[in-house]
Amino acid sequence: MIFLDNLINGLSLGSIYAIIALGYTMVYGIAKMLNFAHGDVIMIGAYVAFCGLQYWGLPPVLAIAVSMIACTVLGVTIEGLAYRPLRQAASLAVLITAIGMSYLLQNTALMIWGANPKSFPTTFINSVSIRLGRLNISIATLITIFANIVIMVSLTLFTAKTKMGKAMRCVSEDRGAAELMGINVNRTISVTFAIGSALAAIAGVLLCSSYPILQPTTGSMPGIKAFTAAVFGGIGSIPGAMLGGVLLGVIEIFGKAYISTELGDAIVFAVLIVVLLVKPTGLLGRPIREKV
Amino acid sequence: MSELNAELPLLKVSNLHVYYGAIHAIKGITLEVRKGEIVTLIGANGAGKSTTLNTIAGLLKPRQGTIALDGMPVGGTGASKMVYKGLSLCPEGRRVFQQMTVRENLEMGAFSRPASEIPDSLEDVFSRFPRLKEREKQIAGTLSGGEQQMLAMARALMSKPKLLMLDEPSMGLAPILVDQIFDIIRELHESGATILLVEQNAQMALSVANRAYVLETGSISMSGNASELLHNDAVQKAYLGN
Ligand SMILES: Nc1ncnc2c1ncn2[C@@H]1O[C@H](COP(=O)(O)OP(=O)(O)O)[C@@H](O)[C@H]1O
Ligand SMILES: [Mg+2]
Repeated sequence: MIFLDNLINGLSLGSIYAIIALGYTMVYGIAKMLNFAHGDVIMIGAYVAFCGLQYWGLPPVLAIAVSMIACTVLGVTIEGLAYRPLRQAASLAVLITAIGMSYLLQNTALMIWGANPKSFPTTFINSVSIRLGRLNISIATLITIFANIVIMVSLTLFTAKTKMGKAMRCVSEDRGAAELMGINVNRTISVTFAIGSALAAIAGVLLCSSYPILQPTTGSMPGIKAFTAAVFGGIGSIPGAMLGGVLLGVIEIFGKAYISTELGDAIVFAVLIVVLLVKPTGLLGRPIREKV
Repeated sequence: MSELNAELPLLKVSNLHVYYGAIHAIKGITLEVRKGEIVTLIGANGAGKSTTLNTIAGLLKPRQGTIALDGMPVGGTGASKMVYKGLSLCPEGRRVFQQMTVRENLEMGAFSRPASEIPDSLEDVFSRFPRLKEREKQIAGTLSGGEQQMLAMARALMSKPKLLMLDEPSMGLAPILVDQIFDIIRELHESGATILLVEQNAQMALSVANRAYVLETGSISMSGNASELLHNDAVQKAYLGN
């Protein structure tokens, strides 16, 4: 029973990592940059949802919707103002800008909401739980896992079938050739940031429903782990983000339960290092083709 | 209106200068392509042929000079807008979308057009390139070099361009495939296409083209009727190995 409990907790945490990892992996795949501010967009999303629930008295669905809209606007704005002017710049300059953006978001949150942790209202999502034999599964856990599956399926269909999704795949493969097709690369990258950021808002709410302490640094560690998950699964790959995220969550929970609570995070990164030694492109990453 | 004007060249490039940082790659070239013509731009490796095509296609910004399509200035609008204006470039090295199927590549070629017009164009392209029809569902990265070149050309045609630009379509292909590619270029010409063809294979290019420009380190050193250049001593020495 404890094993099953741990497994379900791992799947739930892993689903959150997977949803965050999607933001990293899509932006990396299409814009070829690591958006280190992505974790902090999650934090902002959680704060907005917090305000919606706590101060504005919004019903949960509406609070999440407002949070998604806020994050979408934030993500697209960050891309347009901070990253787009650096499109031709060295990747190191972009990386440093992203790190700067991360601190800017954290400090802005500090200014608006203060340093004291807020307790995220979770009653709306945790009031019910389902009993399966001796197993007790909270609704938050079920919703998290379900949301992950829905998001994966929708994104896979989106990139496979829609015109914008196909444009994204083109930009991801060859930006110049994509432009020659008539694809507006800037708009495609904007849409990628919009999707990643909207997902970040969902991840923020799910994260805080399971771990309800909200402070300006809330997004940092999950952000780094989700980035790890994206690399683990093969950065740039959508199924890779899913697999990497879920595995990472399960490994983390099992590591903490059976090996050492203190070393839980270290175990996660140790696994990553081993995987990358064996398969440098990650579990589902494509071998890097030499351009000729 | 302008389309009816037979005097007006379809493409007119005037005094074009292009730089890569401090490198002056294109030094004031002027050329034109009239409707229905095949014009070829030949020259040694590094002469600036690709730079010229990429600039016309909008991938590179000229420092100076003008590019006009059908009499309308089109310079500096960016590559993604050029397709909508009727210009299509089949780039050097093919650059098909390796992870997409043949069909998806072709559909991306028609990105600028309404979805309802795609089936007709697909049929048209498949009749020209029956090989691609057989491989419709295959991932482009698994095609042979010759098939990828055909896919790249077919993809460029899917936008129904007024002007098709081909950058070294015969590069790296076996002689028999080179012949096939040039047969296709001839067929396109017969069906009325206007083509600006860049080649290192001067012999083949001059034999298929109406007119030619010879590019030498960023400047045009010679121009004229393709058949005349084919028999020109200087051209023969420099580019035809005679
Ligand atoms: N991205 C680039 N950066 C700097 N120089 C370049 C670049 N691309 C081409 N060049 C230079 O510009 C000149 C023309 O190149 P290119 O147009 O590719 O020639 P061609 O297509 O005729 O072989 C060459 O000297 C080449 O080295
Ligand atoms: Mg070239």
